[in-house]
Amino acid sequence: MPLQSLIFLCFLLLATIPSCMISVAQAAPQKKASLLPLWSPQAQFAGYYVALDKGMYARHGMDLTIRKGGPGHSPAESLQNGEADFAIMWLTTALHHRSAGTKLVNIFQVIPKSSMMLVSRKSSGIRKIEDMQGKKVGLWRGDLSIPPHTLFAKRGIKVQEIPQSGTVNLFLRGGVDVTSAMWYNEYHVLLSSGVDPNQLNAVFLQDEGMNFPEDGLYALEATVNKDPALVAAFVDASREGWQYAFAHPEEALDIVIRYMRQAQLPANRMHQKWMLERMRDLMIGGRNQAPIGTLARQDYETVGKAMQHEGVISNYPDYATFTWRDNAGK
Amino acid sequence: MPESKSIVTRLILVITLFCATIFAGTLGYNYTRSRAILEHELEANARNQALSLANRVERELVSVSKVAEGVARSLETSKHTEAELCGLLRSTLAANPGIYGSGVAYEPYAFSRVERLYGRYYHREDGKSNLIRLEDSYKELPYLYWDWYQIPRELGKSEWSEPYFGEGGGKILMSTCSIPFYDTTAGDKHLRGVVAADISLESLTELISSVRILKTGYAALYSRNGMILSHPQKEAVMNETFFNIAESRHDTTLRELGKKMVRGESGFVLYTSPDGARNWMYYTPIRTTGWTLSVVFPENELLENVRNLSMTMAAMGFGGLIMLSLAVVYIARSITRPLRSLVAVTEIMASGNFDVELPRARSNDEVGTLTNSFQAMATSLKEYVRNLTETTAAKERIESELNLATDIQASLLPRIFPPFPNRKEFEIYASMDPAKEVGGDFYDYFFIDDHKICFLIADVADKGVPAALYMMVAKTLLKSEGQRLGKPELILSCVNNILAADNDSCMFATVFCATLDTRSGEVHFASAGHNPPLLMTSQEIRYLAVRNGVVLGPMPDAVYNSETILLEPGDTLFLYTDGVSEAKNPEQQLYGEARLLQALHEAPNENLSDLIRHIRSEVQRYANGAPQSDDITMLAITYRGSAPED
Repeated sequence: MPLQSLIFLCFLLLATIPSCMISVAQAAPQKKASLLPLWSPQAQFAGYYVALDKGMYARHGMDLTIRKGGPGHSPAESLQNGEADFAIMWLTTALHHRSAGTKLVNIFQVIPKSSMMLVSRKSSGIRKIEDMQGKKVGLWRGDLSIPPHTLFAKRGIKVQEIPQSGTVNLFLRGGVDVTSAMWYNEYHVLLSSGVDPNQLNAVFLQDEGMNFPEDGLYALEATVNKDPALVAAFVDASREGWQYAFAHPEEALDIVIRYMRQAQLPANRMHQKWMLERMRDLMIGGRNQAPIGTLARQDYETVGKAMQHEGVISNYPDYATFTWRDNAGK
Repeated sequence: MPESKSIVTRLILVITLFCATIFAGTLGYNYTRSRAILEHELEANARNQALSLANRVERELVSVSKVAEGVARSLETSKHTEAELCGLLRSTLAANPGIYGSGVAYEPYAFSRVERLYGRYYHREDGKSNLIRLEDSYKELPYLYWDWYQIPRELGKSEWSEPYFGEGGGKILMSTCSIPFYDTTAGDKHLRGVVAADISLESLTELISSVRILKTGYAALYSRNGMILSHPQKEAVMNETFFNIAESRHDTTLRELGKKMVRGESGFVLYTSPDGARNWMYYTPIRTTGWTLSVVFPENELLENVRNLSMTMAAMGFGGLIMLSLAVVYIARSITRPLRSLVAVTEIMASGNFDVELPRARSNDEVGTLTNSFQAMATSLKEYVRNLTETTAAKERIESELNLATDIQASLLPRIFPPFPNRKEFEIYASMDPAKEVGGDFYDYFFIDDHKICFLIADVADKGVPAALYMMVAKTLLKSEGQRLGKPELILSCVNNILAADNDSCMFATVFCATLDTRSGEVHFASAGHNPPLLMTSQEIRYLAVRNGVVLGPMPDAVYNSETILLEPGDTLFLYTDGVSEAKNPEQQLYGEARLLQALHEAPNENLSDLIRHIRSEVQRYANGAPQSDDITMLAITYRGSAPED
């Protein structure tokens, strides 16, 4: 910081003692950064939109931009080519890209377990993974299909793979026998279309030994090394955003729905409510009582080994290299 | 006046309450029935409205799918160059104003062996048709994976898509009719691509949202997934499904209703909207797309007319009740007004003033009759009171005279005992208690000469003034004739002749007359129909056997016999009138001679006055409060023996 700036800053501090904290935040130059979510605005990313809206990033000295996510926006590529500083992606995706040479590091594990399901109608007679042999199974394109692919490969099951779009209409109309669904999203869309839970057979991948951690916050190793303070600020603000969202769900929903409207997306409050509640269940509930944001070493090793075994990746970095934690550095 | 108020109040209360009850019952029945009829008609009305609306929507959709079908068939029959294809799509769009956009998308390498993806799409923009290359416009996710392409592809049949925002083409909310077309030249069927015809959701729902049912009723459109496509609540459109609404309201019946709707059923239901209003809804499917159209009738608007009518009727009824009450008050007043003035006058009358003027009876009704009766009663009461006053005055005069007469009568009978204190040969005592003020009984005693005393007891028939007068005459005669004649039988016959001479009123008297010789104790006596006296000696008490003559008065020249007994010293003669023996108790039983005899046995005999008082009290005790019907008179005389000569 140049000397003149420091003098000016001191002058400002003296002049505005009652609001000195805000003055510091405002006076400090805001570091520009950007985040690419995995998908378009929805409660799956409530924490970041809330942190942005409630000024948490700004308080941590960041001028954060949340870029448009979704089809055609690969988080890893965006990081690689510098379009985004931070991105949300699954652990499988991250390991895939790391293996392919993109030096990604996990800075915060948002969803520490698998929430992916394979859903079929009870009337189709598909009760377990083995029943899916030869059936039409809707799978998302890209890295999201790694966990089911791994599972099918592990069980030696060949399915008729149908690329799945952002809707579950193909499944609802009977175009596929099995559809991929996230517990916090597509599963509720099915319920919201008049299908009752008792009409569905839903297989959680985590119950099939595929407990692959999902959403995580990632950055390039270079970014982390260059400005660890920025990374730490981003992680802290994001965590605060999530905590605020869970503490004030209605306000969080208001914020998320506003971003959805801006993106001209159908904004369904009940759906977003379900999604936020499931995110809470996934992030802070369940067996894993580790602090929010923790990537369990055991889960990491399991995923790495499984992917290596299935030949998806050739190797994976050791846990310490892959996970960057602010406190670990200190 | 509380009475007249209560008549008015009671009349109002009873009549008004009854009328109000009847009216309320009628009104309630009318409301319920009208409502039932209305609901019945509503169902038919709602069904017709929903079906006609559904038909109009259906027609538009069918025409679009027919056009798309036509394009698909033409693509199947011949291979098109790019120019031909574009021409076909342009002309299709131009010829069908109901279609917003029209396009063809091919399977990979199905249009050309060079380009993997190929699709052409025309849509309306600012009155012109705008060409879009689908392989370029769907950059992020190729058109292959969009519902409008993928679903008909996978199902192998034409499909209407869920409405969506046309990101790769029209950039509006649309629904696409997708028709797969095939290459059948090689023998077996290969999918070549999908023909798409879009409709603008806005122009489609314009028809539905323009429907106005009553004031706030509306028509709504739901997709196959229950998505709200047209609804007065704009923010819910394309955002929420019917099931989300059910979820937000925790309403499982609403969810069941939604499931019926997406299953393609139709029905007529009553449901409660989130604001608590009850609505009738008829829902029917649009077969082409599997959507559901519903028409909603707000119940309270539907019933508004019935309710207004009922309210008007209630207001009229209320007004009527008030008028009825006023009429009742008027009638009650007109009845009670003369009654009140009558009451005012009769209250004065009750205090004894009969000279007040009664109100004139204005009508011939009951009140008039009552007034006339009061008038007559007042007149006769006045007359009666006047008579009564006179009679009372006369009676008071007579009573005072009778009191005087009683005094005179009392003074006539000797009342000082002992009457002859210096005569020790005998003792005498008497008493008379009149039944009325003046009595008909009397007794007397007097000396005829130095040694002979005459004593008598008499009972004039009847009581009161005539008997007293008769008694006066009889007593005077008996004393004067007794002193002159000296013998009982002579005294009686002489007095009888005098009395019988001018006895027009046929009055009579019984008399027992006797003389006692104080030297010998010899008693001569004669009886004119009187009760026999009792003789009390030291040995016994007995009735004297008397030879009775006729009573004094009615018959002249009657003959009386004298009899004689000799009294020993200490013997007593007890004389009495029938007032003693015929005294009655409250049960109207007579005291009787046997009881008298018994009483004399028990009586103290030292003193005559004690004896008589004893008998008197015994008789009174027997009467036990019963009124005395006859004079009670007793006389007792005891012979003490001749006095030694002084």
